[in-house]
Amino acid sequence: MDKINLDRADSNFKKELASQPGGETISACFTCRTCTASCPITAVNDKFNPLRIIRMALYGLKEEVLTSDFIWLCSGCYACQERCPQGVSITEFMTLLKNLAVKEGNMPTGIRAQRDTIKGEGRIYPIDDFDNKKRAKVALPPIPTSCNVVEKLFPPVRN
Amino acid sequence: MKYAFFLGCTIPARSRNYELSARKVADKLGIELIDVEDFICCGFPMKASDYKSAEVMGAYNLCLAQEKDLDICVLCSSCASQLTEVAHSLSEDGPDREQINDELSRAGLKYGGGVKVRHFARVLLEDIGIEKIKEHFVKDLSDLKTATHYGCHYLKPSEIYDGFDDVENPKSIETLVALTGARVIDYPGKKRCCGGPVLPVDENVALSVAKEKLDDIVDAGADAMCLVCPFCSVMYDDNQKSIESEFGADYNLPVLYLTQILGLAMGFDRKELGLNINVVKTKKLLSRYFD
Repeated sequence: MDKINLDRADSNFKKELASQPGGETISACFTCRTCTASCPITAVNDKFNPLRIIRMALYGLKEEVLTSDFIWLCSGCYACQERCPQGVSITEFMTLLKNLAVKEGNMPTGIRAQRDTIKGEGRIYPIDDFDNKKRAKVALPPIPTSCNVVEKLFPPVRN
Repeated sequence: MKYAFFLGCTIPARSRNYELSARKVADKLGIELIDVEDFICCGFPMKASDYKSAEVMGAYNLCLAQEKDLDICVLCSSCASQLTEVAHSLSEDGPDREQINDELSRAGLKYGGGVKVRHFARVLLEDIGIEKIKEHFVKDLSDLKTATHYGCHYLKPSEIYDGFDDVENPKSIETLVALTGARVIDYPGKKRCCGGPVLPVDENVALSVAKEKLDDIVDAGADAMCLVCPFCSVMYDDNQKSIESEFGADYNLPVLYLTQILGLAMGFDRKELGLNINVVKTKKLLSRYFD
């Protein structure tokens, strides 16, 4: 793994994070690595390392973190957050980073597809007549095949 | 006992076996599950990309339960955590109530708080109780060796779950499984995540995480896995063949839902519990329980 390069650090990033849900507690991190030791993703792929991501954020490496692929490897399992002796909301913090990355236009195709399907159809797996046939066959009630309320909840953004 | 039955997205599309068996078990125990046609996605899969919209979706669903004056019972652990979390942030002293209600007003709704969200397994333990459940068992499953998988969002984040089970030493699922007489096999990675949420990002990483648990369970000598979440089942049941071919492994490990195990002990037949729908075949393992 490469060394952390501080040349392009943004000293405001820490404050920006601290003012948002999930970012309030990261300064309490005392680098004990309980998060990394507990992480099921790090165990199979060390590209993802929660401690390193927290350090990078605290050092102000905003662009490097928000354009990275690795923040998206967090499974959101809460193993780290439950065990953090400093009470850092690590999982919520990873969610914050992903949300900020999206605002900057960075997100994996699969995550974008999920978001668009849910906002358009109201479900991640839209139901069609064939699904309802299979359900009827085992006497399960039908599920609506369309959803109108999402248009009201998420009106198109006017530019 | 009456609840708004929240199925979420994965169950009606991919886990009819879970839904079927849960409805049967609920029926037997006198739990009335009310279908709410207008429920939409709980918002969980959108949390990573758009936290606020995910919260709006969760809150919309809570409003529908509120209109019917019912608490919510869910089968999916991710739905449980998302809806419970939103119920917390929208509680009387919660941080987001006003802002989210502004968004909901576009759909003519307002959340007033008070809807309780619980997983089906938790409803069984807290509202029915183990003695009453046991009264309905007609078959002894003591020949079955199961490995329970709690998954993540059934228990976590613990701060939203009123301490109903212990995150580091959970017991609720095995308590229910053990009632049937089935043996519960311990194994090293019991608390490990299934890897599911990483599937749309990096399939190899997601399958690698799932593989570790399958290895541990087979090494420990279990005959079957017991789950309470449909997405965990996507990883261990639907994707078991892919994991076998990707990593050159051979598991052939049936993956059962808790409700299928309870329904088996209650004497329901194979099709009533959707056991014929499970991807890894259950026929050989369970043949001794059917005529």
